[in-house]
Amino acid sequence: MPSPESVRSRILAAFPDARVEVTDLTGTGDHFQALVVTSAFAGRTRVEQHKMVYAALGELMASAIHALALTTRPPEAPAQPKDP
Amino acid sequence: MAEDTRTRIEQLIASSKVLLFMKGTKQLPACGFSNAVVQILKKEGVPFETFNILGDPEMRQALKEYSHWPTYPQLYVGGKFVGGCDIVSEMHESGELAQQLRAAGVK
Repeated sequence: MPSPESVRSRILAAFPDARVEVTDLTGTGDHFQALVVTSAFAGRTRVEQHKMVYAALGELMASAIHALALTTRPPEAPAQPKDP
Repeated sequence: MAEDTRTRIEQLIASSKVLLFMKGTKQLPACGFSNAVVQILKKEGVPFETFNILGDPEMRQALKEYSHWPTYPQLYVGGKFVGGCDIVSEMHESGELAQQLRAAGVK
């Protein structure tokens, strides 16, 4: 089971400038909550932002991680772009 | 993904303006995240259909590939993928979800 630190480092590897906070919600290494703030999200819709995080987590998302509550945004965004 | 599975997904999505692919049913959600989206759609006051992916292993796998989204629930409005629980919650609070439901002609 992945630790919050390993989930965090996977996300940081994909977005080196990111502010990443990962919490293990249940203490069982399979339900996580993550906040990801990175300039890579600028101009992307929320769906795109979440897909970028899922891609960074790769096979962890398909196997070890059962649930990931995600909050994503670009740094100090004045307004969220609208989802299509 | 098999072509007939893709056709089945497309027909399903086209059959309902608001369709929630979830774990469990509207009456008996089997997961807190699925339940959260059911409650939001009830608050929005729009008619919606649900599809229980727990009862259909083929659909459970195929829709992840179709939506390019690894988890459930998944909400479709007007034939378009809107997002999972976190995105739907944020959009509900910001009023964007109501806007999309109006654009789809259900609100």
